[in-house]
Amino acid sequence: MNLEKVIFGFFIVLAATLNFGFFVGDIGNPVYHHVFELFAAIVVNLIATVLKFGDRTQIGAIHLATSLVADLQLVAAACVWAYATHVTGEGMTASITASVVSLSGGALLANIVSLAILIAETVMMRR
Amino acid sequence: MGSVFFIVLRRMRAPLITLIVIYAVSVLGLVLIPGVDASGKPAPPMSFFHAFYFVSYTASTIGFGEIPAAFSDPQRMWATATIYLSVIGWTYSILTILALFSDRGFQQALAASRFRRRVARIAEPFYLICGCGETGGLLIHALDRIDRRCVVVESDEARIVELELEDFRTDAPALVADASQPQTLLLAGLRHPWCRGVLALTNQDAANLAIAAAVRLLNPGMPLLCRAELADTVERMTGFGADYIFNPFEVFGRLLAQALHAPARYRLHRWLTGTPGTCMSTGDDPPRGRWIVCGYGRFGRSVVSWLVRGGMELTLIDPDVKAAPGFRVVAGSGIEEAVLREAGVAEAVGFVAGTDDDINNLSIAMAARRLNPELFMVVRQNQQARRELFEAYAPDLAVVPSEIVGHACLALLTTPLLPVFLRQMEQQDDEWARSLLARMRLELGDDVPESWSVRLDAVQAAAADAWLERRASLPLAALLTNPAARESRLACVPLLLRRDCGDHLVPTDSGDLRAGDEILFAGTHGARVRQQLILRNANALAYVLTGRETQSGWLWGWLLGRLGRPPAGAA
Repeated sequence: MNLEKVIFGFFIVLAATLNFGFFVGDIGNPVYHHVFELFAAIVVNLIATVLKFGDRTQIGAIHLATSLVADLQLVAAACVWAYATHVTGEGMTASITASVVSLSGGALLANIVSLAILIAETVMMRR
Repeated sequence: MGSVFFIVLRRMRAPLITLIVIYAVSVLGLVLIPGVDASGKPAPPMSFFHAFYFVSYTASTIGFGEIPAAFSDPQRMWATATIYLSVIGWTYSILTILALFSDRGFQQALAASRFRRRVARIAEPFYLICGCGETGGLLIHALDRIDRRCVVVESDEARIVELELEDFRTDAPALVADASQPQTLLLAGLRHPWCRGVLALTNQDAANLAIAAAVRLLNPGMPLLCRAELADTVERMTGFGADYIFNPFEVFGRLLAQALHAPARYRLHRWLTGTPGTCMSTGDDPPRGRWIVCGYGRFGRSVVSWLVRGGMELTLIDPDVKAAPGFRVVAGSGIEEAVLREAGVAEAVGFVAGTDDDINNLSIAMAARRLNPELFMVVRQNQQARRELFEAYAPDLAVVPSEIVGHACLALLTTPLLPVFLRQMEQQDDEWARSLLARMRLELGDDVPESWSVRLDAVQAAAADAWLERRASLPLAALLTNPAARESRLACVPLLLRRDCGDHLVPTDSGDLRAGDEILFAGTHGARVRQQLILRNANALAYVLTGRETQSGWLWGWLLGRLGRPPAGAA
């Protein structure tokens, strides 16, 4: 067992699960989408991205690309949240919550792709 | 570039993750720890937005203070921890980057990627020179003087550093790498569309052989010039199909033999293959009679075989008496006067000091000259760095292997017709060479001339080609006339005319040229430049041929054509 592989897989899966945890629930209802979960998703996604640095293979490149997409979407969601709560002061209305959650939904898709690549890679190794 | 970028990313993984974790922990702490309001009552903790803002300016040591409100004591405690954590995180990252830049492997990757980019950007013909030793260095300088580009691969870093310090007109990308590795050759442009030839000039036969094999297999059509010092290597290189193989000792032996029985031909050879611009020494010709060869190694063997072919009597001096069966061998190193006397220095006419140690050679040569000041001295000089010593000693002939190979390569690369001329010259008798030499001395002076070849086609000689489209022939005399003053002659001599693979040695001035002819000239640099003007500029050609001055550009020629008058150049 390779510890590096364990950590790598752990962070990719954790990024996807945290993202899913934030995303799941009524899209316009802020009660289902806690900002702490968003924070955790962003941090773990960033760590997963850095872990993917420096792999020159084709699969490594796709891995990195999906992670970058997820980061971008989550940071955008965080920006929308910060703007709504602190700049305009309107707070987490249904429409703001919906846009934050839908942005994180995009990130979730990227994370799922990343998961799929991870699984495909593992299956290919077994063969 | 790709590999450098990936190396940086890979090495930065740990510090980046550390930073992310430190930021995350700091922010998380701030959003959990309750604050205090102005009246001292507990207030809710900071929001993520404010916490991130605070950590951002604190971690970057900007420190705006306690924003948005004064902190509670637990918050201050946490902020203290945040400050120390973030300083550690940033220090770690910066140290990692600094260590990376001073890392040898990283610098090599950086140098390789820079080299790759420079080679890829070359958009003119260049030569790939493997081995920047004495031969390579000489060749690079000579190619630079005539504005030819080269790419250099050398395994010794010190030599590359020296090369970078020197002043070159052209940009010569250089890489510290083992040229016998195929990947190095590919990196250096073995398959580059502008690569015009590979020169394997390292001082190790095995490395040169490996280069030859790689070049033949990876780019079979590429012209390949190799240096080899062992007969075995020459044979194997021939097997690989090297275009030219230079064995410095063999080349010198052949030259020495030529000098012995055809001194004028030998002089002409040296004159044409010398470095342009240097003055040609006028030494004595080697005498015929009894020769003594000191040192029977690779060089000694070659010289002996050529001296025997030249019909000389020989005595050898070598520590190993049985080294050369069939010859009189005196045992000894040659430094001892007794050995020299026994070998008969007093009665000999020529002496070859040919061991592989420069200082030995000099001391042998000095001892021999003391015993017989009339001796014709041939001294082998192994290292270019000792040139001052050898110049001070002033032998009649100094054998510098690196120069021999360098000059031979240079002649071949710059003027492919020159080796053809030199080969044909060997068929001529010495009287012919003597008269040609006298003529060249008269017309060109004592400096070593440049030699160049001209092909009458649309690329190299647009004006002459246009002329030949209308006429059957162009007088050769036109190319020898000064385009500034028609009465005077350019300082150059035509040496060879190649037409449909038939060669004519030293064509007469009254001869005619046809389209597609290739002519080899020797002359001054000024003459070469003026001749190019004649070949490329229709007005200059018209003036040289007819004596009429025309100043027509394209527009004027077209207007005259419209008016029914012949344009310049067609007159």
